[in-house]
Amino acid sequence: MGTFGIGQPVRRVEDVRFLTGAGAYTDDLNLPGQAYGHVFRSPWAHARIISIDVAAARAAEGVLGVWTGADLAAAGIGDLPCAISGVLRNRDGTALDVVGRAVLARDHAMHVGDGLVFIVAGTIAQAKDAAELIVVEAEELPAAGNLADAMGEHAPMLRDGAAGNVCFDWEGGSAAAVDEAFSRAAHVTAADLVHNRLASSPIEPRAALGNQEDGRYVLRTSTQGANLFQRVLAPVLGIDAGSLRIVTADVGGSFGTKEFIYPEHVLVLFASGKLGRPVKWTGDRSDAFLSDLHGRDVLSHAEIAFDAGGRALALRVHNRANMGAYVSLFGPGIQTLGGARLTGGVYAIPAINVRVTGYYSNAVPVDAYRGAGRPEAAYVIERLMDKAARELGLTPDEIRRRNFIGQAELPYSHPLGFVFDSGAFEANMDDAMRLAGWSSFPARRAEARERGRLRGIGLSTYIESSVGFGYEAAEIRFPEDGTVEIVAGTMSAGQGHETVWAQIVTEQLGVPFDAIRLVQGDTDRVKVGGGTAGSRSTYMVAGAFRLSADQIIDKGKALVAELLGEPRGAIEFSDGFFRSPGSNRSMSIMEAAAAARRAGGDGLDSGATFNHDISTFPNGCHVCEVEIDPDTGKVDVVRYVVVDDFGRIVNPMVVDGQVHGGIAQGLGQALLEHSVHDPVSGQLLTGSFMDYAMPRADDLCAMETTYNEIPCTTSPYGVKGCGEAGTTGACPAIMNAVVDALSARGVTHLDMPATPFRVWQALRGAA
Amino acid sequence: MTGFGDFLGEFGDNMTVRVTTTVNGKLVSGDVEPNTLLVEFVRENLGLTGTHVGCDTSQCGACTVHFDGKPVKACTILALQAEGHQVLTIEGIGQPGNLHPMQAAFQENHGLQCGFCTPGMIMAGIGIAERNKGASLSEETIRAELEGNICRCTGYHNIVKSIAAGARDM
Repeated sequence: MGTFGIGQPVRRVEDVRFLTGAGAYTDDLNLPGQAYGHVFRSPWAHARIISIDVAAARAAEGVLGVWTGADLAAAGIGDLPCAISGVLRNRDGTALDVVGRAVLARDHAMHVGDGLVFIVAGTIAQAKDAAELIVVEAEELPAAGNLADAMGEHAPMLRDGAAGNVCFDWEGGSAAAVDEAFSRAAHVTAADLVHNRLASSPIEPRAALGNQEDGRYVLRTSTQGANLFQRVLAPVLGIDAGSLRIVTADVGGSFGTKEFIYPEHVLVLFASGKLGRPVKWTGDRSDAFLSDLHGRDVLSHAEIAFDAGGRALALRVHNRANMGAYVSLFGPGIQTLGGARLTGGVYAIPAINVRVTGYYSNAVPVDAYRGAGRPEAAYVIERLMDKAARELGLTPDEIRRRNFIGQAELPYSHPLGFVFDSGAFEANMDDAMRLAGWSSFPARRAEARERGRLRGIGLSTYIESSVGFGYEAAEIRFPEDGTVEIVAGTMSAGQGHETVWAQIVTEQLGVPFDAIRLVQGDTDRVKVGGGTAGSRSTYMVAGAFRLSADQIIDKGKALVAELLGEPRGAIEFSDGFFRSPGSNRSMSIMEAAAAARRAGGDGLDSGATFNHDISTFPNGCHVCEVEIDPDTGKVDVVRYVVVDDFGRIVNPMVVDGQVHGGIAQGLGQALLEHSVHDPVSGQLLTGSFMDYAMPRADDLCAMETTYNEIPCTTSPYGVKGCGEAGTTGACPAIMNAVVDALSARGVTHLDMPATPFRVWQALRGAA
Repeated sequence: MTGFGDFLGEFGDNMTVRVTTTVNGKLVSGDVEPNTLLVEFVRENLGLTGTHVGCDTSQCGACTVHFDGKPVKACTILALQAEGHQVLTIEGIGQPGNLHPMQAAFQENHGLQCGFCTPGMIMAGIGIAERNKGASLSEETIRAELEGNICRCTGYHNIVKSIAAGARDM
C-alpha cells in the first residue's frame, strides 16, 4: 500500500541508530559493578585431563571466582543439549542418541579451544593475567584434526560407543530404485567434491552479560531469537524458564552463529549468581575462530546416471560430514534434515538416494552457517551437471534444459519428500543468460586471451528451501503514546526487520508507517517466539501479523459499529479506515484504537501464533564470469548476474542487499575461505583474519540482481524468502566458471577454495 | 607523538597515567594504563561505543577513527599517543536529523545491514573521499582503498555505491 507498503524500497528506519554510532551491541552494554569473565581454553586437540590447579589463579589480584567443569557439575549445571538427538533416525532404524557438550570440559579436552576454566575478575586484564597461572596436567592423546583423519582406518577412537567415530548414518530416498536406474544408464558421471570448512565470522564477536535482577537470571546477548535461548538455557541452569530473562539488543551479524547457546552464556549467568554482580564476557576474534561453531566441512561422492538422450535417470550421493568435537544444538540436522532433501536441485530426476554419515573429530564443532546444507546440495548437483555436460558434449544450458522440472510438472513431488510449489527454472536461466550476455562470451574470452588471461563463464540453477520452527508469534498493540507497537518472535541481525515488518503491518492495517515500533529480542515482552533462521522470518511473521490484524479488524468493526450506531455487518475496513458505506461515515484505525483504549480492556490490541510447517523454495540462476592470471593463479570475478525467484518481495532494496551479501559469502567459500586444522596436532591453523581469508571489497565486483517474482502458493503473501539464496547459488556458479576458464589448459576439476596456489598447481599439473 | 616509551620505566604494575586529548572537538581526560589502546580509551573511558572492535589483529577496520584528520585503526595506537591530538569518532560527524553526507549516503544506498562495521566504513569512506578530492572517484579506487575494512553482510556492493555518492555530496 502506498509508499511504505509491500513491494516498496523503503529506506531503513534502524539505519540512523547504526550510522551515528548509537547501536547497542552486547559489548556496548555495561552494568554497575560489572565483573569480567575469561575462558581458559585447551591448547590440545585431544587430551585426558588429569588435574587442573587453579589455586594461584584464585589468589591472583582482582580475581573474584574461578570455576572448572567439575565445579559446575557439583553445582548442578547441566550440559548443553543437541536438539536433533532422538529426532534423526539412522538408516538402521535407530534414533540418534547423542549427548551435547559440557559447559566446561571435565575429563577430556576434545578440541583446541575447548573451555576448561572460567575466571572472573574486576577487570578483563586481571582475568587474563590470572589465566596464565592455571596449571593443567594432561595426557595428550592422538587427535583427528580433519574429517579425513577421523574417518581413517587408524583414526583414534574419540567417543565410547562411536565405532569408526561415526556419529550418525542417515539415508533418504530409495537405494533400490537408484540401483535399478543405474543398471539402465547410457552414461554415468561421478565426482568427489569438497565443501570446505568455514568460519562464519560475523564482525561483531559473540558477547554475553549475565546478571541477577528481581530474583531472576537476566542474560543480555546476541541471539537469533531470545525465546529459544530461554527454552534451552533454563534447564541447563536447573531453573524454570520464568526465572530467566533473555534480552537481545542489536546484533552485529549472525549467519547462524548466534542462533546457538554457547558455554559462555551459561558461565556468565552462573558466575553472576555466585558473585551477586553482573559478569560480562566478550569474545575476541581468537575466541571466535576457536569456539564459534564452524560451517560446512563435508565430502561428497556423487554419481548421476543418464539415458542416451542426456536425461538424468538417477542420482546417488554419499556425504561425509564432520561434526567436530561435539554435536551442537542442531549439528546432526544440518546435512540431513536441513540440506540433503534438496539433493537433485531443480531437475526431474526420478530416483534419488542420499546418504549422510556424520563423524566426530577433534575440530571445532559444526552447525548451521548461512544456507545450512542447501548450498552443499546445490553445489553437488550443479557441479555434476557441468561435468556431465562436458562428458556428453552438451553445453551447460542444454543439459539443464533437458532435465529441468517443467512448468507443467509443478507442483512437483520430489523423490526425497518436498513438494516444489512454484517456479520457472528454465525462464530464470534464459533471463540470466540474456542479461549476462552469454552468447557474446566467446568474444570476451578471445579478448582476454590476447591479454594473457584465461576467461571462463559458469552458471548455476539453484534451489533452496526455507526451514525452521513450525510457528511464529506476533502481537500488534496501540499504546497511549499514539504509536503502534508490533511484537515479533523473530530477531534481526542486519536484515532490516524494523523496516520490513513495519511495511507488512502498514499493508495490513493502513497504520502510519512512521508510528510503528518493533519490539523484538526480550522474553519479557515477546511471550512466544520461534526465531530467525532458515530464511523463514518474513513469511512466518507476515502470517502471524495477518492473524493479529484480522482480529484487530474484527474488534474494530464491532467497536465502530457501536460508536456509529450501525449494525456490525455494515462496517467495512480498507486502507486504514473503518467505513459505513450506507451512511458515508468513517473512522481511521488510529482513531478506533484510541476509542477502544478509552473503553478499557485490551482495546484493539491482539496477538496470534501462526503455525506453518510448509517449506518455501527460493530458486534462481547465477551467472559468473572470471578471469584467471595463469602466472599467479589468481581468480578475479569480473561479472556477476543473478535472476532470483523469491516469490513476492516486500522490500526490493533490502532483498538486493541480502543477495549481495549471500553471494559474497559464497564467493568467500569458493575462492578464499578455508578453516584448517593441522592433521597431526589438531591445531587450528586459521585462527585470525591474517590467516583466514575474508572477502574484501577488492575481491568482488558489482553484482546485477533481478527478480522473477513467482508467488509461492503455500505461504502468506506468496513470499519465499531470500536470506540464504545468494550463498546457495554462488559457489557452483563461480566454480563452474573457474573450471570453464581452466579447461582451456586441460584442467577438468578443482575443489574449493580456488586459491591462487591451488589454481597455479592445477595449471602446472595439467601442463 | 608522546614519547610513551620514556614513561614506561616510571610505572610499576597497575600504574595509570592521565591522558588528555581532543575527541569530537571536546577536550577530554582519562586515567589509563600505559598499554591502553585508543579504541579502549574511546569505548571504556569515554563511553563512545560507536567505535567497534571486530578483531585483534588490526584487520577488520571496525575501529577506524580519524586521528588529526586521517583515518586510522584505533586498535593500532595507544591512548597515550593521542595526547594533544585530535580524534574524531562516528559520534562526532553527524547526528540524527543532521547526518554527515557520508552517513546519509549509506542510508540512501543501503550501505549497511547489521551496522557493526558501519562506523569504521564511514570513517574510512570519508578518508577515501578526502584523499581523492577533485579527482573522479572510480569504483576501482574505492574497492582498493577499502581493503582494510571488512564487512560480512553487504558484499560491499552498496558500500562502494554509498562512498561514491557520499564523496559527491561532501
